[in-house]
Amino acid sequence: MSEQNNDEREITLTVNGKTYRETVETRIHLADFLRLQLKLTGTHLGCEHGVCGACTILVDGEAVRSCLMLAVQANGSDVTTIEGLADGEELTPIQKAFSEHHALQCGFCTSGMIMSLTAYIAENPGADEEAIREAISGNICRCTGYQSIVAAGVAVAAK
Amino acid sequence: MGMRYFGTSVQRQEDKKFLMGQGRYVDDIEFVGMLHGAFLRAEIAHAKINGIDASAAREIPGVHAVYTLDDLGDPYPDKPMTTAYASPLLKQTICQHLLAKDEVCFVGQTVALVVAESRHIAEDALSRIVVDYEPLPAVADCRDALDDDAPPTHLGLESNLVGNFYGKFGDIDAAFAEAAHTFKVDFHEHRGGCHAMECRNIITNYDPGKDETTVYLTTQSPFLIRRLMARYFEEDESKIRVICPDVGGGFGPKNGPYAEEFVLAIVSKQLQRPVKWIEDRREHFVATNTQGDQMWHMEIACEDDGKILGARGRVIHDMGAFVPYGLLLPATSVFPLPGPYALPALDVTLDAVFTNKTCTSPVRGAGRPNAAYAMERLIETVARGLKLDPADVRRRNFVRKDQFPYTTGGTLPSGDPAVYDSGDFHSLLDMALYKAGYPGFKKRQAAARQEGRYLGMGISSCIEDTGFGPYEGVKVKVQPSGKVLLQTGAASQGQGHQTVYSQIVAEELGVNIESIVYQSADTGTVPHGVATAGSRVTANAGPASQAAARLVRKKALKLAAEVLEIDEDDLDIEDGVVRAIPESGRNVNISLGDLSFKLTPLMNGKVPEGYEPELEATSFTSSTGVPHASGSSVAEVEVDVETGEVKLVNYVIAHDCGNMINPMLVDGQIVGGVVHGIGNALFERMVYDENAQPMSMNYGEFLLPIATEMPPIQVLHQETPSPHNELGVKGAGEGGTIPAANAIIAAIENALEPFGVVVNDHPVDPQRICELLDAAQDSASAA
Ligand code: FES
Ligand code: FES
Repeated sequence: MSEQNNDEREITLTVNGKTYRETVETRIHLADFLRLQLKLTGTHLGCEHGVCGACTILVDGEAVRSCLMLAVQANGSDVTTIEGLADGEELTPIQKAFSEHHALQCGFCTSGMIMSLTAYIAENPGADEEAIREAISGNICRCTGYQSIVAAGVAVAAK
Repeated sequence: MGMRYFGTSVQRQEDKKFLMGQGRYVDDIEFVGMLHGAFLRAEIAHAKINGIDASAAREIPGVHAVYTLDDLGDPYPDKPMTTAYASPLLKQTICQHLLAKDEVCFVGQTVALVVAESRHIAEDALSRIVVDYEPLPAVADCRDALDDDAPPTHLGLESNLVGNFYGKFGDIDAAFAEAAHTFKVDFHEHRGGCHAMECRNIITNYDPGKDETTVYLTTQSPFLIRRLMARYFEEDESKIRVICPDVGGGFGPKNGPYAEEFVLAIVSKQLQRPVKWIEDRREHFVATNTQGDQMWHMEIACEDDGKILGARGRVIHDMGAFVPYGLLLPATSVFPLPGPYALPALDVTLDAVFTNKTCTSPVRGAGRPNAAYAMERLIETVARGLKLDPADVRRRNFVRKDQFPYTTGGTLPSGDPAVYDSGDFHSLLDMALYKAGYPGFKKRQAAARQEGRYLGMGISSCIEDTGFGPYEGVKVKVQPSGKVLLQTGAASQGQGHQTVYSQIVAEELGVNIESIVYQSADTGTVPHGVATAGSRVTANAGPASQAAARLVRKKALKLAAEVLEIDEDDLDIEDGVVRAIPESGRNVNISLGDLSFKLTPLMNGKVPEGYEPELEATSFTSSTGVPHASGSSVAEVEVDVETGEVKLVNYVIAHDCGNMINPMLVDGQIVGGVVHGIGNALFERMVYDENAQPMSMNYGEFLLPIATEMPPIQVLHQETPSPHNELGVKGAGEGGTIPAANAIIAAIENALEPFGVVVNDHPVDPQRICELLDAAQDSASAA
């Protein structure tokens, strides 16, 4: 049984601008691959059943729940994680707005929230409050009550 | 004086790492040789274990060990855990063995542990362990637990009573005898679980050279856990070091001890390898304490104008299967009971009972939201019964501003009398009502009803005892570089401690906030702390930060005066430099870093005469009494009478947590707290079937509040300084949660007033609202 589970495959993908060729177990989801194999621990796992959004990353520019995708499915993709947003120490407008609006407390949902909003605002500049709420409706935050996250999103979308 | 930090919305010092994905949570930490654990958990709520066969699991390549209770070795098979908070009121203090002995008493109880090369392999092996269970009858509903025919929740129990807690003062019989009116009301309160976005996670790492175990833990109380472990293992506290890295939310259930960290400590020592265990979300639903159920049967006596004379009743409180947390939750459900109201008499008895469900412990607010809901239900019941404005009933019964300090007549769990220190409940309520548009609401409501839209407004008021003692240790130390090391014992799970205590120290000492280096929650390095719970840290670590910084400032000024040959009164500290003030006519200065350097000489150096080495101080200064925060909330809802759907239109909360150190962070705590309370009112329900089998174990079945469902939340502040500390602060972490449920439930009832619907129980979902509407219609047509 466990032998079958240990099927391995080689994949090539780009993560935060860097190309990796890696051997992965076929049963490993993309989040575990990023965290365990590439040591990119900024992507968090809050539920591993596709509801909390903490694991959200960008795959070819689209916001994706990395707990719902196998690592082998990302073969050939261009992946961006929270670690890939800032330019050196220079934060993106969304990252800055999160701090200005106190849109994070424990920080655990934050990576997923920022990735969801990054994808959404890139597609929908000028999005209003309702749209921003909708955009993060698949991300759970237990700390903030969302209001400050929405404010941060609206502020950036309005720029 | 440099920049003012106290009272300003300083941006958080801790944000950047999280924004860049550089936070370090337990699961992000790795050690060479680290192994991974997975727990086998009880699948049946109550059963005898006739045998466990782990042989097949041990065969799997990559499995290092499988542990049942016997495999842990002596003395553990005969050594159950002990409760964190012993109390003479506990009649049966049953705590679990680290792994199940011969009986399981709730789904989720730890039965065995697999330790393997990876989590995946450990989980593969779990499925190969065979447990021979013999099912036993279970108690699923606390309301049945004390029935004569209730099965024992543990084999051999004569009664399922854990213990009682009482709230009594005044002459209750006289109150009811003299009352113009008495009313009865029953209500069921259910509060969900922790559901911090980071589950409970552990790494234990035993160092044989030092004979020391380091525990990386998602706990709110590293010092409590260390003490409990040291006691249980009969070890010296110095042999156990508990470190909290970044922790992804706490909310109460991460405050107490769990079997898992004890098991992992033993296993790391036996295998001489670091061992990691990461709770997955499915486990979290059953393995992490929740708050659970309470059934209240209450009676209230009042005059014609709604003035309350007394309240009495009985509460049945669901403890779950074991008592890891003593009677803390029952206590916090009863002792805050008079709430913001001046009650002449009270007589409430709480029966805490065992059920075959996950253990309970405080969740944001602990029992305070329950107690607040109870008082608010009584107010609503009086207002409804006497056809009075619920705002007026509150006003008539509030403790008045001129009554502070107000002695309620009740006692705190410490045995001290309950005394409210400060506040102005009337003005808080008025602020909230005005902002919410209460004065003109009836008109708006009537107009909407004409259109078939059902709007409702509900009020809820509360007090909150915050900042309970004894202390939090804080150390402030200027280093030769000029950087200021600030250490607190208090662990943070997102509250922003670093920013808040840095603000206090920067202001008091006269340094830039950027020059502060913050360390906390590591029993190996920081001064003693207690716990981040019960909105207690600010009113303890705040005064201690101020006092420690003040001592350092004094020492710096004294030494600087000697070095610069100037009068101390002619000096001030700004941006980390001690300077002569312009009025002194001198132009001299010395940096705090240089002073620190003078106080920490190396070989052949000399400490200035009359000084202890180091420019540092440690303080345990805390509040001198219990600072009471208070608040009033007003919620507006629209109820769809066809679907039962509740739309939250608006939510206003007027809050008083004394002086605010950082208003932005206070707002963050309040808004987050309100949303938690909204979850309790409308969404979060842990469902069990009649055999105590959990039925809601994912976020599709167990609902948490999400962004699209939340109303605009407006936070108003009133700052009545607490006289119990120089900063005038009170706690703010739970004040949003405590009043929320009644504001929402009362708003729904107000919306459905034309149908005569009374909700009373929470959470309430659309289906229940439809049932209530149908029942109301049936009884109307029957009449
Ligand atoms: S961890 Fe992927 S959605 Fe929750
Ligand atoms: S900041 Fe803690 S879960 Fe969102």
